[in-house]
Amino acid sequence: MFEIVKEPVDVSKLIQAVADRNAGAIVTFIGTVREMTKGKKTLYLEYEAYEPMARKKLEQIGAEIRQQFPEAKTAIVHRTGRLGISDIAVAIAVSAPHRDEAYRANRYAIERIKEMVPIWKKEHWENGEMWVGNQKETVFYESGAPEAFER
Amino acid sequence: MIKVLLFAHLKEQAGRSEMDINCEKMTVAELRQALAEKGILQQDAVMVAVNEEFARDEEMVHSGDTVALIPPVSGG
Repeated sequence: MFEIVKEPVDVSKLIQAVADRNAGAIVTFIGTVREMTKGKKTLYLEYEAYEPMARKKLEQIGAEIRQQFPEAKTAIVHRTGRLGISDIAVAIAVSAPHRDEAYRANRYAIERIKEMVPIWKKEHWENGEMWVGNQKETVFYESGAPEAFER
Repeated sequence: MIKVLLFAHLKEQAGRSEMDINCEKMTVAELRQALAEKGILQQDAVMVAVNEEFARDEEMVHSGDTVALIPPVSGG
């Protein structure tokens, strides 16, 4: 299960997708929309994806995990569109015979998503909006006339 | 014709989500130059995908291909 969805993410479906008789652990990661970042208050986020490529890249991450952890099963769902505070943006479930692989594979998946899956986040603050340009959240691209973000 | 898809700030700056480049074939680097001439100037750190796979500057793009400009991603 590797999907880009517009509706709220149902984490139980991901868990079902990776459930396995030989699994001894299922690790889930749930990425949610944070309100305060470095003193700035987020009102909501907008996620945009290049959907067919993003889905392919999520599948590629699943394949990379299988190479490293042949017994692991992975499911990833990322939501797009407008998300409010505490909404789930991404959920990852990994099952494996033992917890160590499950934790490591799950961590690997989120780091790879942040590196190379074509999905973009636009922050909307009380006094402006900007596309976030990198994962350290130190680069922003102006659109409209927002104030400069403190770097 | 080569179809070029734009996302995030590039889409907003261009005011549209796709543009066409009239050319039989060219390298990714030449395509970048052609896009810069059409006003897509902020290409620093922007990756190019050809038919949904990342491509290097020396790779060829052909008429009928779909190219996407991929700014640094910020999913998750």
